Amino acid sequence: MRKIIVFLLIGLCSVGFPTTLYLIFYKAPLQDVLYFNQKIFYYHVPSAFMMFVAIFACGIGSVLYLWKRNPRYDFWAQTGAELAVLFGAIVLMTGSIWGKAAWDVWWQWDARLTSSLLVWVIMVAYVFVRHYGGIGADRLSAGLAIFGMIDVPLIYVSVNIWRTIHPQTSVVPQLEGMMKVTFWISVLLFCAFFSLLFALTMAQRKAMAQMDVIRESALDLGVIE
Amino acid sequence: MNKLFNNRVRHVLELIAKDLRIEFRHREVLYTMVFFSVVVVLVFSFAFVREGHAIDNVAVGILWIAILFSGTIGISRTFDRERQYGTMRALLLSPALRSAIFISKMVSITLFMLLTQIVVIPLIAFLFDVPLLNHLGYLLLVIFLGILGIATVGTVFAAMMLFSPSREVLLPVVLYPVLIPLFIGATKATDTLLRNPLDIPVLYFWLKFLCVFNIVFLLIAVWSFEELVLE
Repeated sequence: MRKIIVFLLIGLCSVGFPTTLYLIFYKAPLQDVLYFNQKIFYYHVPSAFMMFVAIFACGIGSVLYLWKRNPRYDFWAQTGAELAVLFGAIVLMTGSIWGKAAWDVWWQWDARLTSSLLVWVIMVAYVFVRHYGGIGADRLSAGLAIFGMIDVPLIYVSVNIWRTIHPQTSVVPQLEGMMKVTFWISVLLFCAFFSLLFALTMAQRKAMAQMDVIRESALDLGVIE
Repeated sequence: MNKLFNNRVRHVLELIAKDLRIEFRHREVLYTMVFFSVVVVLVFSFAFVREGHAIDNVAVGILWIAILFSGTIGISRTFDRERQYGTMRALLLSPALRSAIFISKMVSITLFMLLTQIVVIPLIAFLFDVPLLNHLGYLLLVIFLGILGIATVGTVFAAMMLFSPSREVLLPVVLYPVLIPLFIGATKATDTLLRNPLDIPVLYFWLKFLCVFNIVFLLIAVWSFEELVLE
């Protein structure tokens, strides 16, 4: 069953990326202010959505892990953090390109940009701790994820006092016709892409954990050195 | 119930007294923190002073960077001492509750950090010619709230990575991103104190923000300390 889903997702993604590119460049009309530059929006916003899904997965996984101590939840959290770093990087990069076109600067210390950056940095710290934390890194990173999650509203409030120039969330409902269709197809594509990466990374984690168990018992039996 | 509560308070007080006693015998952490803060302030002075004058509005930032950096040093050193002498295991084995251990460590680190500011704040006011001491009451409140937040989050993370091999590197990496909202609040609040006339609504907004940060993280820290610092 799981294999079928994975192959289905692979199929969806391999069809989806060319299709959305076609829709973005040939079907969606040019936007009247930013013209061609607006096209980055179709990948920027879905990536941002996925980044928040990933952060959410990481936070929930960490809370559940500390509570139930089931390694499965730890895998969730870890996978969530890694994908949050990946999609966050996409968001920040595409956002910069957008910013250069719209405001003529690569980076603005604007509320939404800054809070996204800070949340992303917390996720990078999570991955960092995960890799270099040594013994107890699982609890340490779970603690970091929980503190980071609580931090999100505080980051948002503190950063929001600065003037904001990022388009408000009203951009999405304003989309019309082909732009709207293209946008939501992109969102669906990114959902599929996210699920695929999540499923594969989880499978890899589980396989690695099983390998460790096998290695341990082999060591116990004296089969390997 | 009341007896139990008294016991806990006694545990906390005894642990704080222990930390302070050790510190005032060696004075190692305090001296290091003070000297490190002075060095940080000097380094930043050289970076930001052009032709004999400091760039505008730079003093507040330097103050909080000095507090944050020296605080990190103090936090890791306080826990290092426990690890070095193997006393952290003894502490964890003792009948004192984990939350009592957390609160006592947090309070003693807060005290060390506050004491350090006796040197740092006048030094910055003196070097950068800023009226930091005009609203001393508010300044102390802002400094206290900021330091309390740093000590709270720092204590939890330092305790968690007590036995991690790369803790010196990891502590700032983990601590600073989480502390950024507090840092923004503290610098903004201190900044309003330098303005004439004093902008009370803005100051109160940031003071409230700092209070919320502290309350939220204190609760989470007390709750999670038990879960996170298991040996």
